[in-house]
Parts: sequence; structure tokens; C-alpha cells
Amino acid sequence: MAVKVRIPTPLQRLTQGKEEVAGKAGAVIDIINDLETRYPGIAERISEGGKVRRFVNIYVNEEDIRFLQAERTLVNDGDEVSIVPAIAGGKGG
Amino acid sequence: MGYVRGLKCRECNREYPVDPIYVCEFCFGPLEVVYDYKEIKKALKRRIIERREENLWRYKEMLPIDGEPLVGLKSGFTPLVKADNLAAALGVKELYVKDDTVVHPTLSFKDRVVAVALTKAKEFGFDTVACASTGNLAHSVSAQGAKAGFKRFVFVPASLEQSKIIASLVYEPNLVAVEGNYDEVNRLCSEIANKYRWAFVNINIRPFYAEGSKTLGFEIIEQLGWEAPDNVVVPCASGSLLTKVWKAFKEFREIGLIKSLETKVFAAQATGCSPITYAIKHGSDIIKPVRPNTLAKSLAIGNPADGYYASDIVNKTGGYGEDVSDEEIIDGIRLLARTEGIFAETAGGVTVASARKLIQNGKIGRNEKTVICITGNGLKTQEALAGHMVEVHNIKPNMAAFEEIYKKIDTGQ
Repeated sequence: MAVKVRIPTPLQRLTQGKEEVAGKAGAVIDIINDLETRYPGIAERISEGGKVRRFVNIYVNEEDIRFLQAERTLVNDGDEVSIVPAIAGGKGG
Repeated sequence: MGYVRGLKCRECNREYPVDPIYVCEFCFGPLEVVYDYKEIKKALKRRIIERREENLWRYKEMLPIDGEPLVGLKSGFTPLVKADNLAAALGVKELYVKDDTVVHPTLSFKDRVVAVALTKAKEFGFDTVACASTGNLAHSVSAQGAKAGFKRFVFVPASLEQSKIIASLVYEPNLVAVEGNYDEVNRLCSEIANKYRWAFVNINIRPFYAEGSKTLGFEIIEQLGWEAPDNVVVPCASGSLLTKVWKAFKEFREIGLIKSLETKVFAAQATGCSPITYAIKHGSDIIKPVRPNTLAKSLAIGNPADGYYASDIVNKTGGYGEDVSDEEIIDGIRLLARTEGIFAETAGGVTVASARKLIQNGKIGRNEKTVICITGNGLKTQEALAGHMVEVHNIKPNMAAFEEIYKKIDTGQ
């Protein structure tokens, strides 16, 4: 069993149209870097210099990683990671 | 005319053409309008502005339109009131109220942003305008869209108060009441905006729309006699207004209309929805989303889009953030009304009460020049004051009855 990673629509071009890909258990930042080996170009869209970009939200089992251990949050097999652009989700006036 | 050079991502600086787009394709950051300040500096002088009509378009070179203004031709240039009575009550020397309770035509600062958004929507060739809103924005899009001849779709949470619905409905937009809270309405609108070719003022037109808020900052400086204040207190929902007031101040320095700029910027929120002031007080650069629970519904955005940028400006300018309880909000509304004769909506109560705290705790100096931004009219949120007013004197229609009650009033009994 691996980690389920949900890919947002704007990044699915990099995952050959797949909405969900498998990741390797470990820290969030390591999962992102591991995805890069199979889906080149994806890491720099999500992170910069080892930090998740400000307008990208990452959830582990629906909890925002900013309120866990951020990029160092550990993800286990069977967990679900969601990558969600902050603005495309709508914003208030 | 037309001094816009394009759009640029605030995060990664990638550049984009002038289109109805709002998010960076690469890093998902927000897009912002870029101007040619060198050319504006040649074209825009104090005396040119001063000769123009008293509306927000007197600064049109600094707004993101290509042609002449088309919408909101009487919006903006609201009074900057020297608030001596309120200053005395708060114990400061010099205090001004920027009074956006009287913006034409719908009595809130949203008329500024909608004037710019709808002018831009015309330039882009849209025939339909839309928004997601809980009140002020819906009113302004409904009204100004009617005058400008747009088809209008206004999305509101179904639980909205009847008085707020009527204040939109009178202009006969297509009003869609969504079963869900404000965040859910917003999410739905993002999906609709992807499918229909409409100008959603606070979604795909947002980079242009948000620029309209700068006019509040431009006016403060002009009305102070071409001078920036020592302090400015701005209420925060998404945080956008605060960032744009500061941007306005910086732009006037950039094009040489003011010499120096040392303004401290202060954020005001309701304690029941204070993600921005919380981050400022705790020295955090992460805006932690909250579930709003406050009387100040027009400020109740739990996940503020510009929260990071707003707190960054507050920190960099040496300002601070303060938040206040529902009770303090009502006190703030009443204080402003009985000292300055200005009836603000709940957001105005937040601003007044936060300013009072900032003065009390020494963050705002008592000998400094301070401007507080009052952004909407109290007639829109009257229900908030139910049970908090002074008493009505009920009498029979004869002199004796009046004399009796007058005696009581006169002797303070």
C-alpha cells in the first residue's frame, strides 16, 4: 500500500491526465521530490527551495500541513495527500 | 491614455498580458496590475488632478483602464472629516474619518472597486457581470451593473438577512441564493466562472477590481493637503483594502506627488474573525484560517486571500493589528455616531473600537495624525444595534405629557 496523492486539474498535464498518483511514505517534501522523478516539472510548481509555495495548500488526510509539521509532516502508507491551489478554490471580497 | 504594462504574479513575478485572468499558471499566486510609472509621472501632476471632477476617476492614470471611465462616474471623493469630537473622546490631537458611508451609489467602498471592475468588463467586451457576496458588493454590482446595462448574476448565501436581499433585489439582478455558507458560495462561483464567459468582479476581474480600492488612499493624501498621515487604520476582511491603501501611498511617492512617506499601517478585525491580527500579534507569517463568528458580517472572511500581504505591510511599516468583541463593535458604532454624526456599519464599529485600543495601548501616538477608514453605511446593518439604543420617549399628544418627560430629560433622571 502506498500514499494516495491527489493532483489538481492544472497539474494533471504533468501526470498524464491522472487525478491520483501513488507516492512513497515519508515527509511531505520527500513525497514531492519523489513525484518529480516520475513526473518531471511537478516539484517546482508545488514548492521552491524545499518550501511549499504560499498559494499551494497541502492536506494530509484533510488536515492542512501548516498546522501539522509543514513540509516535514510524516505521511504513512494508506494516507491521502491532497494538493490544492489556494486561489482557484475561490476567494472573498 | 492607458498606462498599464501587463499583469504580474505577486509571488514568482511571471508576466501575463492584460486579460480577465487572476491566478499565475505556474505557481498559483495572485496576479497584479503593473503600470509604467515613468510615463504616469510625466502626465499626472497635482494641479491636473485638482482641476478634475470630484470622483474617483480623477486618478484615472493610476487605474487599470485603457479608455475613458464608463461606470461609477459619481463614485468616490468622499469627505475626509476632521473628527475633533472623536479625537477628544479618544484622547488624541489630530484624527480624521475617511467617510465611505456616503459613496455613490450604494453607500460603501465597494462602489469604488465595482466602478473600476465594470469599466474593465466593458473594455473586455463582457455583457454579463457577476459576484459572490454577503452584502455590500452585491448591492454595488446590482446597482452599477443596472446603470451600465449589464446582465447581472449575484450569488448570496441563502441565509442572508431579508434587508440585505432587498437592497440588491430592488435593482432587479438575477439573484441566486445558494444553500450554503459564504465559502461554499465562493467555491461554486469559481466553478461557474470557469464555465461561463462572465465578468466575475471578485474572481476573474479581481486584479483590476482590487485596484479601485487605491482611490481611497489617493483621496486621503490629496485631502490632507498632499501629505501622508502618521497612521492609518484599515478594517480587514480579505486584507485587500489594506494592501491597496498602502499601494496608493507608495505610488504617490513613486510619481512624486508626495515627498516623504512614513505612515504606519494598522489592521482592524473583529475578534470573532481575526486571522490577520492574530498573525500580527503572534509574529507569524502563516495566516491560520478560522470559522467566523462575529456581528461584523461584512468582515467575516475566515480564510483571507490577501491576509499574508496585509500582515506583511503592517509589520514592515511599524504598525500593529487589533481586534475587538461584538460589544466593543457596537460601542464603536455608537461612539462615532454621537461624536461625529456618522452612522457606520458594523465594520466601522470594528475600526473605531480597534483605533481606541491602539491609542490606549500606545501603538498609536496621541500627538500624531491618524486617519481611520470607515467603509460602509450603518443603515445597511441596523439589526445589529437592536436592543443597544438609547430609549425612546413615548408620550400622549399633549403639552403636559411633553413637559413631564422634558423635566425628566432635563434633570437627567
